Amino acid sequence: MLKRLASCVREYKRATFLTLIFIVVEAIIEALIPFITANLINAIKAGTAISVVIRTGILLVILAACSLACGASAGFTSAKAAAGFAKNLRHDIFHKIQSFAFANIDKFSSSSLVTRMTTDITNVQISYMMLIRIAVRCPLMMIFCIVMAYVMGGALATSFVIVVPILAFGLFLVGRKAMPAFRSVFRKYDRLNQSIEENVRSMRVVKGFSREEYEKEKFGKAAEDIRRDFTRAERIVAINMPIMQFCMYFNMVFVLFVGSRMTILSGGTQIDVGQISAMLTYGVQILMALMFLSLVYVMLTMSLESAKRIYEVLDETPSLQNPGNPVMEVKDGSIDFENVKFKYSTEAEKFALSGINLHIQSGMTVGMIGGTGASKSSLVQLIPRLYDVTEGSVKVGGVDVREYDLQTLRSAVAMVLQKNLLFSGTIAENLRWGNQNATDEELVEACRLAQADDFVRGFPDGYDTYIEQGGTNVSGGQKQRLCIARALLKNPKILILDDSTSAVDTRTDARIRSGFKTYIPETTKIIIAQRVASVEDADLIVVLDNGSISAVGTHETLLRTNQIYQEVYAQQTNGGEDDEADTAV
Amino acid sequence: MHSKRMGVRTMKQTQLYREGGGHTFGRILKTLFRSYPALVPITAFCILFSAAVAAIPDMLIQKVMAIIERWYATRDWASASEELIPKILFLIVLYILSLIAVTLYTQFMAYITQGYLNKMRISMFEGMQNLPIRYFDTHKHGDIMSHYTNDIDTLRQLISQSLPTLLRAGVTVLSVFFIMLYYSAWMTLVLLFGVVAMVFVSKRVGGGSAKYFIRQQRSMGRAEGFIQEMMNGQKVIKVFCHEKECEEEFEKVNDALYHDSYRAHAYANILGPIIMNIGNVLYVVIAVAGGLFLLSGLHNISLSGLAFSISIVVPFLNMTKQFSSNVNQVSQQINAIVMAMAGADRIFALMDEQPEADDGKVSLVNVEYGEDGTPSESAVHTGQWAWKQPQEDGTVVYTPLRGDVRLQHVDFGYAPGKEVLHDVSVYAEPGQKVAFVGATGAGKTTITNLINRFYDIADGKIRYDGININKIRKADLRTSLGIVLQDTNLFTGTVLENIRYGRLSATDEECHAAARLAGADDFISRLPGGYETELTNNGANLSQGQRQLIAIARAAVADPPVMILDEATSSIDTRTEAIVQRGMDELMKGRTVFVIAHRLSTVRNADVIMVLDHGRIIERGNHEKLIEEEGVYYQLYTGAFELE
Repeated sequence: MLKRLASCVREYKRATFLTLIFIVVEAIIEALIPFITANLINAIKAGTAISVVIRTGILLVILAACSLACGASAGFTSAKAAAGFAKNLRHDIFHKIQSFAFANIDKFSSSSLVTRMTTDITNVQISYMMLIRIAVRCPLMMIFCIVMAYVMGGALATSFVIVVPILAFGLFLVGRKAMPAFRSVFRKYDRLNQSIEENVRSMRVVKGFSREEYEKEKFGKAAEDIRRDFTRAERIVAINMPIMQFCMYFNMVFVLFVGSRMTILSGGTQIDVGQISAMLTYGVQILMALMFLSLVYVMLTMSLESAKRIYEVLDETPSLQNPGNPVMEVKDGSIDFENVKFKYSTEAEKFALSGINLHIQSGMTVGMIGGTGASKSSLVQLIPRLYDVTEGSVKVGGVDVREYDLQTLRSAVAMVLQKNLLFSGTIAENLRWGNQNATDEELVEACRLAQADDFVRGFPDGYDTYIEQGGTNVSGGQKQRLCIARALLKNPKILILDDSTSAVDTRTDARIRSGFKTYIPETTKIIIAQRVASVEDADLIVVLDNGSISAVGTHETLLRTNQIYQEVYAQQTNGGEDDEADTAV
Repeated sequence: MHSKRMGVRTMKQTQLYREGGGHTFGRILKTLFRSYPALVPITAFCILFSAAVAAIPDMLIQKVMAIIERWYATRDWASASEELIPKILFLIVLYILSLIAVTLYTQFMAYITQGYLNKMRISMFEGMQNLPIRYFDTHKHGDIMSHYTNDIDTLRQLISQSLPTLLRAGVTVLSVFFIMLYYSAWMTLVLLFGVVAMVFVSKRVGGGSAKYFIRQQRSMGRAEGFIQEMMNGQKVIKVFCHEKECEEEFEKVNDALYHDSYRAHAYANILGPIIMNIGNVLYVVIAVAGGLFLLSGLHNISLSGLAFSISIVVPFLNMTKQFSSNVNQVSQQINAIVMAMAGADRIFALMDEQPEADDGKVSLVNVEYGEDGTPSESAVHTGQWAWKQPQEDGTVVYTPLRGDVRLQHVDFGYAPGKEVLHDVSVYAEPGQKVAFVGATGAGKTTITNLINRFYDIADGKIRYDGININKIRKADLRTSLGIVLQDTNLFTGTVLENIRYGRLSATDEECHAAARLAGADDFISRLPGGYETELTNNGANLSQGQRQLIAIARAAVADPPVMILDEATSSIDTRTEAIVQRGMDELMKGRTVFVIAHRLSTVRNADVIMVLDHGRIIERGNHEKLIEEEGVYYQLYTGAFELE
């Protein structure tokens, strides 16, 4: 997993390596500085000529300047490497998602994909930066400092040998205990936030039922639960601090006591005040390094969850692949279903579709009707190969859809989804999704056919009217007609409307359908509808029930022979006194 | 949606960075102190103590150095240790005390931080429950949510890290400063120059970093908005083979985010090395200055009156290190503090929102009727309800709840100056079914919003059983009105719990009965867990129609005398609706019902149908009458008209 993620560093490898080099140099310099300051102190103490003091001082300033240069450069390069790494991850995920088939998309909810591309990647970005800065710097610092301490202080450095393992072990224990605690807290925390979101979303229901107090109580309990767990987790981490302090204090006392003893006994030859002072500095540096290291450790393990979630997406194999030697042209709009069985996932027990045999000639208008859960949408989604059949085959233009180049197939099959959507941008931009190179005349023509031209012209900005995200500034019926126009611009061989005129009134609906007949007679039209009125003049009406075809025929035959069709018809016409009873408003 | 939220947020942040920070900070401290009046001072004391102790070794080091200096020439450890050991012991005692203080305060801090956040969370949530619907209609949900996520998180950082660091570092810097003065004023002066440089740099670089962090957040918001739209539209993208174009557009957004993020972190990263190396240079300057002072024999000015000696210079150098490392620690918190102030500002703004006003005195009570027909209040559910009206003379009048709702000449607008309802009068007698028909935006839902007082009318009257609805307690008013909305909202929990939401005291049996009434029993019992099936994510595992059926059952179990059905059956296919219709008819029997429906077939059997156009009632009457009139309703009904 980490290997796959690490491969996303790509062009930022250079920045990463530079960071490492800068960090190493900085660490070396920083380890040298106390060594030289010790000399400085000794020089002052010994009353050496001020010129020597100044010379050592200048050396120190130069070192500080180098350290600053390296530190600052590392700051820049590490920020660049991490931000670049994050950019590449986002890029890869986005591209991966674009390669997904519907089955893959169904697996991840869109909100979870958004979190993965934002919060999770940010976590990984920060961790990566910490990793290349601190995780490299700290162990180096520790090693350099301990070496320097031995070189300088000899036996005095024993203190570190005692303290470092204690601290390391302590921090390790704390980290190991804290991690699962935090992980479970964060999970609960997510759930709490989800329930807040639910509350906000459902505020009308809450207030409608006067459930404010109930909600408060429910929330109070959940929040208290989080507080308890969160406190426990934070208290575990808080132990780090006293352990750290203890080690620092121990070092202080040890160096002061043993150091002064050594100095006095040796008469300042074995060790001197300068060294004592340097040892204290080294002590702080080593322990700080360890402390940071433990922080990084905690941070890294926490972001491991994020990394896993990112990897999940990157690792997903698109369930549909372009065939090896694809057919690049769709001959006509004929469709054949042969013994089709279909289920959404291999684990699903029930087939969404079974025993489907259906033959549609090019240019036909086919109506499809059936109750909720009859699998009307499932059936038509097999045509542009949004999903693959489980058994049997679907043929378009006489060729199995699995043999087509995906782009070729989908360009020939225009589908207006039930959950249709416009994107933020102007109406013209949205329409051009159907055909990038469509002229303005073509846009107008498609809109006329979809009965959208009139209202679009009615907007102050006409075709340049800006559609808000989610298309909130046009009504449901208008949105549906724009979506139809967008699909028409593809100039498709097959046009599928999945309940796409439900918010359009019957007269406009009829006008759209008669327009199809006149202007795109070659195109096969499949219309899924709840209204009998929308399908009754179709060449062929398919009645679906519970995943299989109940009957196929014309309006007249079905009215005579099919019970479901009769029921639907009777219900909608309410005793047959008025054919338009189910008018949509 | 998100991009807007972030946009607003960042604007606020920058603003705040300039002006209101101090006030917000004071309020945080005040609320923090109020939450834990005992623990906060104790914790603060522990922090102060441990910080002060951290400065003491420097004085001791000076003493130890002095001892070394005195004895090392003679190598007389015995005499030296006599002086040294008490000092070391003293140090150990201090350290032990300090360790206790550190342990206590870190533990307390964990407790206080989470407790405080919890309090903020709860008071935000509780305050939010009391806000009028207007608030939720005018604020983006993502925006509201970020109070609980982003903003609370910034506070967590502030309380648990920034505050203790500020306090600790502040005290350490101060005490070190005084110890320095104790030793030598001259050298302290030298140090001060360094400090000024550090503060200057922190401000410049830290401020720059905060600026870029805010920018980063803005482009993050933009990226989030874009990603969200694309993820939601993923299937449309596939159908149109539009992947390439989306990738190209994403590239731009992604690049912008990279640039801002890179700068923000780079600035934050370099602050540390700069401060630490200014510290290093300062160290050298002090050392050289010390050496010069030693040589020059300059007269020392100090609180202690000590003369210059190596035993002063060495601890002084250590203190310089301490000084710069503390300034560094504070500077590392600048970002967190700026962010937290913005977050806290938003949190307080939510808490300060004006809650829904409720001056109602009239309440809804269960009553029993005595033999003489006089009502008396009952503590148990009797199925008989009455409005309890306290009179000015102290007596109480009970008016039976009948479900008679009258709107008289009502005007209303969501925003001042923009009236959406004009002179609307509706009379609904008990048991009547009143239907509203009209285009999106004609004002159908608005009328129902006024009846349950989600919004208050601008002019006119609304009477419920003859009582002005403004005098009825809102909770009781709403309890008497059952609503089923087009967007069904279910809660995480079992199906049974969701139905029981309508009436918390309902037994399992009553919930099942309600489900049967709504025609939901059939599919519920076919769910894997039956009534105990867990629903998550607004019932994502159910179809829209099934969700609506549960919502209808939820309203049914509440058994209210008046019901509002706002497109309640819009997502149920006509065949299923036929099944539901029986339940609905049963449900509507004997109740006053307001129906808003998409399908005219649903409303044709209403007692009165109101046709609304641009906030006015343009036609009223029953189906037959309206058809006869051949007006707008007739045109709608025959499909000659599309209402948009």
